Amino acid sequence: MKRQRLRIGAGAGFAGDRWEPAVELVERGNIDVIVFECLAERTIARETLARLRGDGPGYSPNLEDRLRAVLPACAAKGIRIVTNMGAAAPLPAAHAACAVAAELDVRDFFCAVLIVDDVRDQLTVRPELTLLESGEPLETILPRMASANAYLGANAVAEAMASGALVVMTGRVADPSLFVGPMLQAFGWSYDDYEKLAQATAAGHLLECAGQVTGGYFADPGVKDVPALAQLGFPFADVTAAGDVTIGKILNAGGRVDIATCSEQLLYEIDDPAAYITPDCVLDMNAISLAEVAPDRIQLSGARATPRTPSYKVSVGYFDGYLGEGQLSYGGPGAVARAHLAGDIVKERLSIRGFSFDDLRIDLIGLDSLHGPGKGRPEPYEVRLRVAGRSESRAAAEAVGWEVAALYTNGPSGGAGDFSSVREILAVQSVLLERDLVPISVKQIEAP
Amino acid sequence: MTMTVRDLAHSRAGDKGHNINVSVIAYDSAGYERLLRELSEARVLAAFAPVAHGPVRRYTLPNLLAMNFVIENVRGGSVTATTALDIHGKSLCALMLAIPLYGNEPEV
Repeated sequence: MKRQRLRIGAGAGFAGDRWEPAVELVERGNIDVIVFECLAERTIARETLARLRGDGPGYSPNLEDRLRAVLPACAAKGIRIVTNMGAAAPLPAAHAACAVAAELDVRDFFCAVLIVDDVRDQLTVRPELTLLESGEPLETILPRMASANAYLGANAVAEAMASGALVVMTGRVADPSLFVGPMLQAFGWSYDDYEKLAQATAAGHLLECAGQVTGGYFADPGVKDVPALAQLGFPFADVTAAGDVTIGKILNAGGRVDIATCSEQLLYEIDDPAAYITPDCVLDMNAISLAEVAPDRIQLSGARATPRTPSYKVSVGYFDGYLGEGQLSYGGPGAVARAHLAGDIVKERLSIRGFSFDDLRIDLIGLDSLHGPGKGRPEPYEVRLRVAGRSESRAAAEAVGWEVAALYTNGPSGGAGDFSSVREILAVQSVLLERDLVPISVKQIEAP
Repeated sequence: MTMTVRDLAHSRAGDKGHNINVSVIAYDSAGYERLLRELSEARVLAAFAPVAHGPVRRYTLPNLLAMNFVIENVRGGSVTATTALDIHGKSLCALMLAIPLYGNEPEV
């Protein structure tokens, strides 16, 4: 039977998100579906590496704990879970979900998993594809490619939902599509009904960062205050079969949902608002209106869309050298001058030692590290020198932190609190790949 | 005291690979009209010159009393390979809010 109304909650906006708001939503939110969005741009590349190197499962490390927190309540109430925590290993992730269900004695449990292989093979034979970010041909990074994953759409999620599984496990899916999929399936919308897809995509976009639409990432004390951020509630959308969308949060949960919070999130990470491209449609936000229909209830209307593009966006992870970093703090009179001197010394030392960098950056945290140099700023009481260098050479990257730490006994007066790090850079760029080249299948996994 | 964008609007910044987007959402329509006049692409590029090469594209959303600025070619490379402390450019909403407003005419 087709539904007339669906309430979808957002259980996480990133891999490290808080646990309690999702528990609150499933216990008191009267929701039908909860979506956990836990895959940032680089996460899947990292998980691919972890799997290849045998130092991780390839799926979200928090998967078991997150599911444990909500699965009993979801099973009892029939609340379905959709998550991209499968990352680079959706099938093993589905088995892990089944193991959690068995451990918690959840009966008749099965998990639908959206299986799509890494598309590195398809890219290897297409070196002429253009990288969307740099404009260069794909072949410039092919030899250093670590992962390649297509952003799948709502149709694939809907297909997995149709299985009736309590948990739908995916790898890379466009964030809004994680939300659009359950709507598509529940309402039986045509995948070519762009009026509905437009409203659904706008709703998914508002929900995908969870707390960022309920007052998280919003507060500016004295200018725009948010109540109870330590107990921020996560959002849900009430969606109807006709495509009406209302965003809300649980009564008495922390935070606020109003036109201001929804407007900020609507434009978050948007290029041209008239052409927000997802795998499902090209959303046009120009005619969108937001209206407060009740306290903490915002109705969204007027979303429009044009037909989806013929390709999937593929996120390509590749090795891009090493990032070395060192930090040291200076305080009191002359702190800024001493920190400047310290930075100059590190730069000269790295040069004397013969290291070269694609980029070597010297910041004074407290003065110019976030917004660059600016005129007329008061001199801070204390500053923290930060030197960061990117290089093909691991030795060069290691030397950055080393030379900063060596300032203790060889640099200016009063340096304190050193920190250094070196990491391998896993960069990400994108290409477009014809949809037909990305085979998708849905598999059902039962609890052992 | 000189007014700033922060007196009339709020803002959020996000990354788009080599670019960043910074929204400016006015508290009321009078503020929106004034920002439309004063907050030009050139003005925003000048403010963001320390952190991005540009160009800057401005989109307007009258229904939301909002503008979206796309600031291209962030210095130091894209989010995934940058040497910057703020790898996503998320703190740059505050740089937008700090832009002074002088009146109807842009400052020469």
